[in-house]
Amino acid sequence: MRDSLLPDPSPRGLARAIGAMFAHASVSSELAANGHSSQIGNLRSDGPLVLRKSNPKGPEPLTHRDPGVARVMLAAGTAGPLGGDGYRFDVHVGAGSTMVLTEASALLLLPGISGARSRFAINITVEAGATLVWWAEPIIAAQHCNHHHEVRISLAPSARMILREEMILGRHGETPGDFTSRLRITRDGAPLYDQQLEFGPKAAGFDGAAVLGAARATGSVIAVDPAWQDAPPQAQPYHPQAVLTPLAGPGVAIAAVAPDSLELRNLLTQGLQYLGPPWAI
Amino acid sequence: MGQVDLGRQAALLLLADGRLPAGGYAHSGGLEPAVIAGRVRNMADLEAFLTGRAQTAGLVAAAFAAAACARASRDDLAALPELEAEFDARIPSPELRKVSRDLGRQLQRAMGSIHPHRYFSALGRAPHQPLVMGVAASVLGLGPQDAALAILHDNNAGAAAAAKLMRVDPFEVHAILARATGPLDDLARRAAETADADPADLPAPSAPLADIAAEHHRRADARLFAS
Amino acid sequence: MHDHPSHNETRALRLGVAGPVGTGKSSVIAAICRQLRDEFALGVITNDIYTDEDARFLKSAGVLPAERIRAVETGSCPHTAIRDDVTMNLIAVEDMERDFAPLDIVLVESGGDNLTATFSPALVDAQIFVLDVAGGGDVARKGGPGISGADLLVINKIDLGEHVDVDVDRMVADATSARKGGPVLALSRKRPETVEQLCAWVREMHKTYAAGGHIPVDPGPMAPHHHGEGDGHTHSHGHSHGHSHSHGYTHSHD
Ligand SMILES: Nc1nc2c(ncn2[C@@H]2O[C@H](COP(=O)(O)OP(=O)(O)OP(=O)(O)O)[C@@H](O)[C@H]2O)c(=O)[nH]1
Ligand SMILES: [Mg+2]
Repeated sequence: MRDSLLPDPSPRGLARAIGAMFAHASVSSELAANGHSSQIGNLRSDGPLVLRKSNPKGPEPLTHRDPGVARVMLAAGTAGPLGGDGYRFDVHVGAGSTMVLTEASALLLLPGISGARSRFAINITVEAGATLVWWAEPIIAAQHCNHHHEVRISLAPSARMILREEMILGRHGETPGDFTSRLRITRDGAPLYDQQLEFGPKAAGFDGAAVLGAARATGSVIAVDPAWQDAPPQAQPYHPQAVLTPLAGPGVAIAAVAPDSLELRNLLTQGLQYLGPPWAI
Repeated sequence: MGQVDLGRQAALLLLADGRLPAGGYAHSGGLEPAVIAGRVRNMADLEAFLTGRAQTAGLVAAAFAAAACARASRDDLAALPELEAEFDARIPSPELRKVSRDLGRQLQRAMGSIHPHRYFSALGRAPHQPLVMGVAASVLGLGPQDAALAILHDNNAGAAAAAKLMRVDPFEVHAILARATGPLDDLARRAAETADADPADLPAPSAPLADIAAEHHRRADARLFAS
Repeated sequence: MHDHPSHNETRALRLGVAGPVGTGKSSVIAAICRQLRDEFALGVITNDIYTDEDARFLKSAGVLPAERIRAVETGSCPHTAIRDDVTMNLIAVEDMERDFAPLDIVLVESGGDNLTATFSPALVDAQIFVLDVAGGGDVARKGGPGISGADLLVINKIDLGEHVDVDVDRMVADATSARKGGPVLALSRKRPETVEQLCAWVREMHKTYAAGGHIPVDPGPMAPHHHGEGDGHTHSHGHSHGHSHSHGYTHSHD
C-alpha cells in the first residue's frame, strides 16, 4: 500500500517525473530528563520540507501554548508540491511526550508540466502516554493539480491526539484539479478512522448532495482520547453544514463543508467548543 | 469473479429485489435528509446525489460485501469481525453505523428464514448490512461481484424514495437509474478486485454531507423515512 | 439462533391493532394496558409514519413503563410493515419478548392506513380492527379484509354517534352482517362497561391462545369489496374463524 507512494522507478515514471522533487523529512519528540516537559529528538528537513522549532502562535487545543511541549513548524517550500513530486514526512511522538505540529502556511498543490501526480505521504506514530496536536493549515487544490495525500497515524492505546485537516477546492474563483486523500488512524493496531476524499474532474458525483455539494471547502477535526472509551461525547449536528460525531472507538470527528476556507475554519472551531476543555479553543 | 454465472442470475435477482422482505422500504438511502436540507431540488441534483452516493457509501459497501462473500465462500467466518471493525472505521456518523446495523440485522433475520444457514446466526447480533449481503450471496452460491452489485443496487434506495419526496416524473427517475447501470457494474468489478485484499486496504471514500445530513435527520420532528 | 422465533413457552400472544387513521388504535391499546397490566405482562410496539408519535403518546399516558413501549419507523409504508414485509416488526416483537421475558401479550399498533390494511399472520396471532363512528355509518358496510376478517371489529367513539348523525345500532348490525357474525364491539372510553367488554375479549383470546387453541386467521390480503347485504346472518360464529373465543359482543352496546 505504502509503496505506491514512492516514486515510480520505471523509465516511464522517470520520464514523467523529469524535474520532480523528492523529499523525506522527519521529526521526533521525547520526554525530557526532568520527566515532564518534552523536547525535540531528531529534526530532519529535506529540500522543500523545512522543519523548525517554533514558539506558540495562535490558539491551540489541548496544549494551550504550554511552553513545556515540543513544538515544530513545517514549511513546505513556497509553492508545491507540483505534479510529479513525492514528499514524505515521518513523525514520531515518543512515549510520554507531547508534540505540537503546526504549519507555516497553506499547502498549495499545483500541476506539473507533464500532468503527473504529486504525492505527499505522512506517517505518524504516537507512543504510550504521548500526545500529538497537529494543527495544520489548509491544503489548496489548484486547478489542474493531480495529487494524492496520504496520512497514516498509529496510536498507542494510551495516546491522545487531535488534528485538523482542511481542503480547499481551488484557489479563488477556479475549479479544483484532481485530488485524493486518505486519513487512516489506528489505535493499538485496530482501525479507528479511515476516510478517503476525492474531488476534481475525475471524481464522479463529488459535487452532488451526498458528498460535497456546492461547497468549496471541507475539513475535519479528529480527536482521540482513551478517556472516551466508556463515555464518548454525544453526536452534535450543530450547524446545517457541520456535525460532531463520536466514532466507534474513543474518538470524535468534527466534519464540515463550507463555501470558503474562512467559514470552514469557523465551523470547525465552533465544533471544538462542544468538546469543552481542554479541547475547546 | 468475472461475469455473472449464468446459472445463478436468478439468485442475484432475488437478493437485489427491493421486495425482498428485509425492511429496506423504510429508508431513502440518504435522499430525504438531502431533500430536507434543500440540496436536492431537481432531477440534475438527484442524479448527482445518486452518482456521488454510489461512488462513496456504495463503493465502501460493495467492497465489504465482496470481501465478506469471498471469506464466507472459503468458510472463513473468523475474518468477519475484522471486516466489521474496518467498516465501522469508515463511517464517522453513529446514525449511519446504526442504520447499517439495523438493515443488516433485518437482512439477517429475513434470509435466516428464507434460506436458513448456520452462517446467518454466526454473524452475531447486529452485523453491518454489506457483510450480511456478502454472506447471503455466498450462501446462495453467488460470488463477490454479485454481492457487490446487490448492495450497490440496494444503495440506490433514494431513487425509489424520490417519488415520495419530490415532485418527479418516475420515468425520469428510472432514466437516471438506467444511465447508472454501467457505472454500477464498474463499481461492482472494482469491489470484486479487492475482495481478497487486506481489510485495511479496502476503499474508504467519505461522504461528508451524507454524514452531516444523517445526524440532522435523526433529530427531525417529522420524517417519512428512517434514514 | 438468537434472532429466530422464540420457543412457544416464552412467546407472547401477539395481538395486532389496525384501522384507519385516528379511529382510536392507540386509545384501545392504552385502555387494554391500563385495565390488564396487573393481570398480564404486556409490551407494546407502535408503527409510525412520522417519527415515533404513537409511542410518545402511550409513554406520556403512562399506561406502561416507557421501556415496554417501542416504536418502529415504517418509512411511509404502514401497510407494508404489517403485511408484505414484517421483518422490522417481527424483530421488534422478538426483542421485546426476549428483553422482558416472559411476556403474556405484545400489542402491535399499525400505522393508520386504509380499510385494506391488515396484519400478516406471520406477525400477529390475532388482530383487532378499529373503526369509529366519526368516519361515517357506511364504513362498516363497505367491508374489506380488516372489517370482515379481523378477530374483533371495534366500532369506537360511540359516544359521538348522535353528534355525527350515525345510528350506532345500525352500524353495528351492518358490521355484524359484513363479518358474517364475527364479533363486533361498540366501544367508547366514556362507557366503562364497553371497555370491560374489550378486556374480556382480550382475556378470552389470551386464554385460548395459551391453551394452544387459537389458530391465526388471515383476514385476507386486499380482498375485493365485500358488501354486507344485511341478511341477518349474525352470530354464526366459527363460520369463518378457526378459533373459538366466546362472543356476546355484538349488539352489546347500550
Ligand atoms: N369521543 C371519543 N374520542 C375518542 C375515543 N377514543 C379515542 N378518541 C379520540 O380520537 C382521537 C384519535 O385517537 P387515537 O387513539 O390517537 O387514534 P389512532 O387510531 O391511534 O390514531 P393514529 O395512530 O394517528 O392513526 C384522539 O383525539 C382520541 O382522544 C372515544 O371513545 N370517544
Ligand atoms: Mg395511534
